[in-house]
Amino acid sequence: MPALTYIDAISRGMWEEMERDPSVFLIGEDIGAYGGAFKATKGFLEHFGAERVIDSVLSEAAIIGAATGAAVAGMRPIAEMQFADFVTCAFNQIVTNASKIYYRWRIPVPMVIRLPSGGYIHGGPYHSASTEAWFAHVPGLKIVAPSTPSDAKGLIKSAVRDNNPVMFFEFKYLYRRVKGEVPEGDLTVPIGKGDVKREGGDVTIITYGSTVHFSLEAAEKVSRENGIETKVVDLRTLLPLDRDLIIDSVRATGKVLIVHEDTLTGGVGGEVAALIAEHAFQDLDAPVKRLGALDAPVPFAPTLEAAHLPDTERIVHALRELIRY
Amino acid sequence: MARIEVIMPQMGESITEGTIVRWLKKVGDTVGKDETLLEISTDKVDSEIPSPAAGILAEILTPENGTVPVRTVIATIETGGAGAAHEPRSGPPEAPSRESAPVPAASHAPLPGAPSPAGGRFYSPLVLSIARTEGIPLTELESLPGTGEAGRLTKKDLLAHVAARKSGGSPSPAPAGATVKAVPGPVTLQPADVPALRAKYPTPGHEILQMSNVMQKMAQHMVQSVQTSPHVAAVHEVDMSAVVKHREAHAEEFEKKEGFKLTFTPYIAEAVVKAIKKYPLVNSSVEGDKIIRKNFVNLGLAVASDGGLIVPVVKHAEEKSFTGLARAVNDLASRTRMKKLLPDDIQGGTFTISNYGVFGTLVGIPIINQPQVAILGTGAIRKRPVVIDDAIAIRWIAYLTLSFDHRIVDGALGGMFLEEIVQNLQRRDRETKI
Repeated sequence: MPALTYIDAISRGMWEEMERDPSVFLIGEDIGAYGGAFKATKGFLEHFGAERVIDSVLSEAAIIGAATGAAVAGMRPIAEMQFADFVTCAFNQIVTNASKIYYRWRIPVPMVIRLPSGGYIHGGPYHSASTEAWFAHVPGLKIVAPSTPSDAKGLIKSAVRDNNPVMFFEFKYLYRRVKGEVPEGDLTVPIGKGDVKREGGDVTIITYGSTVHFSLEAAEKVSRENGIETKVVDLRTLLPLDRDLIIDSVRATGKVLIVHEDTLTGGVGGEVAALIAEHAFQDLDAPVKRLGALDAPVPFAPTLEAAHLPDTERIVHALRELIRY
Repeated sequence: MARIEVIMPQMGESITEGTIVRWLKKVGDTVGKDETLLEISTDKVDSEIPSPAAGILAEILTPENGTVPVRTVIATIETGGAGAAHEPRSGPPEAPSRESAPVPAASHAPLPGAPSPAGGRFYSPLVLSIARTEGIPLTELESLPGTGEAGRLTKKDLLAHVAARKSGGSPSPAPAGATVKAVPGPVTLQPADVPALRAKYPTPGHEILQMSNVMQKMAQHMVQSVQTSPHVAAVHEVDMSAVVKHREAHAEEFEKKEGFKLTFTPYIAEAVVKAIKKYPLVNSSVEGDKIIRKNFVNLGLAVASDGGLIVPVVKHAEEKSFTGLARAVNDLASRTRMKKLLPDDIQGGTFTISNYGVFGTLVGIPIINQPQVAILGTGAIRKRPVVIDDAIAIRWIAYLTLSFDHRIVDGALGGMFLEEIVQNLQRRDRETKI
């Protein structure tokens, strides 16, 4: 198996899907000649041609509007938001149009929206947002948020083949920091299924995206220093949530820490906590604990950004509190 | 200039001492307020302790690896200006030379739901679920030591207890030799930690007394009984006039002949034994879904002794005459007071009588003496105006209470049995020979 970076795994997945299915095409700002702001589509224009790799106008509403129309007409567009922050300009196209077309007219909208998401990259308040929670409230959408190259490739392929609009959140922090073996060939990862990234019987972390990696580091640290074994569950899909895995993993330990990079209030972690309270109350040996970014925009200054976002140390601290309880 | 004491913090209700793992500052070092001053270890978790004040670390009173009780002064910090004097300067607002340091809080607040020092113990939903599944009563949970925050009983603590229970042993903190059976488990009293109690209940004002063996047994039996049997009580009024007259008529002769005083107890015992012959189900015990009905009556008599409650047993009461009952009762009562009971004297009871009337109690609700299924309580015998045939008469009245186990004795049986005792006493023929 070749080792790929997270971003290369996404590129590879898109490439394979475009080779496999001629109805798949790309649309976004500077994705063609420039190869995309993060170079995820470098070389695509040369290989697939301008009809299938479309440099769009500088309008997210136009990108999603066009992609939605193409999907309705039977195409399978992959639309790129340059930063997840900019999706606000396409909010109405996604929430009012794309998500409801199948409900209203029974016409599938097989569309993928790629959203380079999150901080830890000193991008400041307009280029570091985590915006997944806004869409987790919208029936008719699916949301995926992979944390590893292998999951990223498998999920982009599943997202392309899904007949619903899929919001594909990809974590800029992981783009080139995370490298991992990616099985070759037609690997897909099912949407709606989480994954246990580390086994442990003492305490459970439920997380996704960038914080999966901090959580794994924290789990190693408390294992080494306290002899405490942490089960780390990667949700991978945020809508629909893998309820069975969440409940089972709570039952395995009785103590849960929910971690995400997004701010806490109104975040996906709140929904996970509510599911646990509803369905696993009698399995809890401690209050459900959440850890996320402070309820503030992501600061530009690296020191402030570090203080704002969850990191390994804060997860270790929260784990120890839970262990002590 | 002031000197601030750094004390060993109390990291939880049940924590009585702490060990210093490491001093992060040396004597003479400058330390900022809330800067980590040392690391301590209590129970299983190490904690960083912030400095209560900014200043210079003046003294370290407890070295690394030293273990001291909570609230012991472990260091002092010099604060304020250049002067070396420890005396307070007059005038300035920050006055006292020796402020008692605030308890350095743990570096983080406890999670919500941690047990409050005043209220009852908190159990997590999971702990309660496990207890329910394993048939562990609340009182048993309360006897288990916890290793969680502030002594909370954690899932692990309970699972360890369950494992010990199943393997037939008891978990290490329980008294040696305590064997544990299936539901309902016997109640074990944990030896309390005296230094911890002393810290919580300081002298003067509090005394810590050891429970006697009898008292401990009483505590265990009473709690176990309430857990085992759904108690129901019925109270009937009995006219004891016939009994009182009979006793008055025979007391002198009886004492001369037998050498001890005739009491009311043999009358009640006789009435009970006769009633049991008519309603033998109250003379039973319960094993699983089976009833063990006894064809003999071993009558327990609750007797208050110096050390606590003891219930000696009149064996085969159904075979005894009135005088025989009186002799047996007198023998057991006197040997109880002289502490000469044999182990066999307090075993094998099938029904119990508790005469709390001797203390003036009119109505009581006794607790069943397991594994029996009923107990009779007898109240004080008093003269009262009562209506007989539409006339008011003065009679010797007492109240009898039957507490019974509603698993097998229902209100109808309980009431009929109790009324049978009442009738036996009221019909006591004055002329019946002793």
